[in-house]
Amino acid sequence: MNEREKIIEVKELVKKFGNFTANNKLTFDVFKGEIFGFLGANGAGKTTAIKILCGLSAPTSGFAKVAGWDVGKYPNKVKSNIGYMSQKFSLYNDMTVKENFRFYGGIYGLPGKEISNKTSYYLEKLKMEHTQNVVLNEIPLGWKQKLAFSVANIHDPKVVFLDEPTGGVDPVTRRQFWEMIYETADKGTTVFVTTHYMDEAEYCERVSIMSEGIIEALDTPAKLKEHYGVDTMNDVFIKIAR
Amino acid sequence: MRTLLYILQKEFIQIFRDKSMLPLIFIVPVMQLLVLSYTATFEIKDVDLIVLDNDRTGTSRDLVVSFSGSPFYNFNGYAENFESAQQLIKTGDADQLLVIEPDFEKNLINENSGEIQLITDAINGNAASMMVAYAQSIIGDFNKNLIINLNPTQQIGIPIQIDALFWYNPELNYITYMVPGILVLLVTVIGMFLGSMNLVKEKEIGTIEQINVTPIKKYQFIAGKLIPFWIIANIDLAIGLLLAFLVFNIPVMGSVSLLFAVASIYLIGILSIGLVISTLTNTMQQAMFISWFFLVIFILMSGLFTPIESMPDWAQIINHANPVSYFIKINRMIMLKGSGFQDILDELIILTAFAVSLFSFSILRYRKTV
Repeated sequence: MNEREKIIEVKELVKKFGNFTANNKLTFDVFKGEIFGFLGANGAGKTTAIKILCGLSAPTSGFAKVAGWDVGKYPNKVKSNIGYMSQKFSLYNDMTVKENFRFYGGIYGLPGKEISNKTSYYLEKLKMEHTQNVVLNEIPLGWKQKLAFSVANIHDPKVVFLDEPTGGVDPVTRRQFWEMIYETADKGTTVFVTTHYMDEAEYCERVSIMSEGIIEALDTPAKLKEHYGVDTMNDVFIKIAR
Repeated sequence: MRTLLYILQKEFIQIFRDKSMLPLIFIVPVMQLLVLSYTATFEIKDVDLIVLDNDRTGTSRDLVVSFSGSPFYNFNGYAENFESAQQLIKTGDADQLLVIEPDFEKNLINENSGEIQLITDAINGNAASMMVAYAQSIIGDFNKNLIINLNPTQQIGIPIQIDALFWYNPELNYITYMVPGILVLLVTVIGMFLGSMNLVKEKEIGTIEQINVTPIKKYQFIAGKLIPFWIIANIDLAIGLLLAFLVFNIPVMGSVSLLFAVASIYLIGILSIGLVISTLTNTMQQAMFISWFFLVIFILMSGLFTPIESMPDWAQIINHANPVSYFIKINRMIMLKGSGFQDILDELIILTAFAVSLFSFSILRYRKTV
């Protein structure tokens, strides 16, 4: 596995807020084209770590490199090379599907021609061509999440961060969403995903589980289950998070 | 540059798609101009006068007629006695009470001096002094006629004659004075509110999080938030100037392009204040409250309603930091006096300094990190 290109390198990463240590000496690598599950109970420090990796927040100490750039020193270089989709739906609800694609494509510096190509490519793939001039307000949540994922990928980032992308989405759409994730990873984009659904954790290539600011476990789902002597990721999670 | 264009395109789509925004942007300022210009006046008209005439002679009646003939007075009749007159002032049915003492006419003829008493409701001190001034001028004219009538043989010359000329506003029209100020007021309100609401709205909805993980530069984002409202406020000013000319017959005496140049600089400052507020707050409610706080202080201290020269020293010092007062001053100078670039240069330099420093500060305050 080590011959694979490292897309995310994290060493001894610490983030403190006053006396509270949100991330305590995180160390891990994520590889090109990998689907990496980043799990942990609420308040375990996942969101803090993602914010650091996305260049939104500087680490207190330690080191993190994303897509070849040090996040503390070159946050804007990192941002050009990543896609991000948060648990809170954050496309513009008062703009149409097409306008959202155009805006995000534009600010990532894509040429106009490519923006329209990408827009029709994704809409065709999602079978949502008929919605291109519909204001997002009028589109169901599950569809919006799939759109948000497509928009996060519009500039072909090296890694895409998904912060609980499937929260509040029905099982069928969730399934479709994961098919999109697999396709993206197959094309060589690293997918860094947090979730509370343990069946989704099973879909990941490797999984890390955080508890109180520390990464307690990191391995493939199969090895984790074997190590903890349980049958499901759900049980692994409960053992660690307790 | 391309990034900025994409941001601007997005902002304009959002502004014009919001059905409540268009009336807010274009109708509210028009209403403000039309309504405020007529109502924000210190001119006192229709003073309600009652008279307690204890003399009841021809002269006392003549005096009352000269009041009731004045366009500023409403003669509300004679009072029965002092108590009932007092009651009328108490209820607000009368603003002024003229008491003519007994033997007014007799004393005038015999002793060359009659007595009257003038009682004014002075809750509003300004209004009261104006009412007294009106009464004095009416009584003054009445006096002059009396002197001539009582001494028809003597030639009484008036030693000093005043030939008063009122420049720039010869008819002493209050609206002429107010309109340039109210134009400033409405672009300020538009600029500050819309400027402060817009960015904080993205914070509230959460879309700012998505923006912050993109490689957008801080100045691009802030400029993208500022430029649309800068254009809109300038359009509002154009509509306002047109209305001032068509409705109030107040043309711009000076250069219109100079006026827009000043407005553009001024608006960068005001919009930046709004943006600074929205970087400091997390909800539209907070932003609204803080902008309102600044607006009220800026406007009440700006010299729009009351001359800055008559404010206490400390207030005049604070006013050096009030961009609104500079622009009101400049706008009155350009619109009414036809002042040119040289005449307004001092104020313009200060406004430019405001614009540059506030815009830089708003970029500095906006953080893409958490």
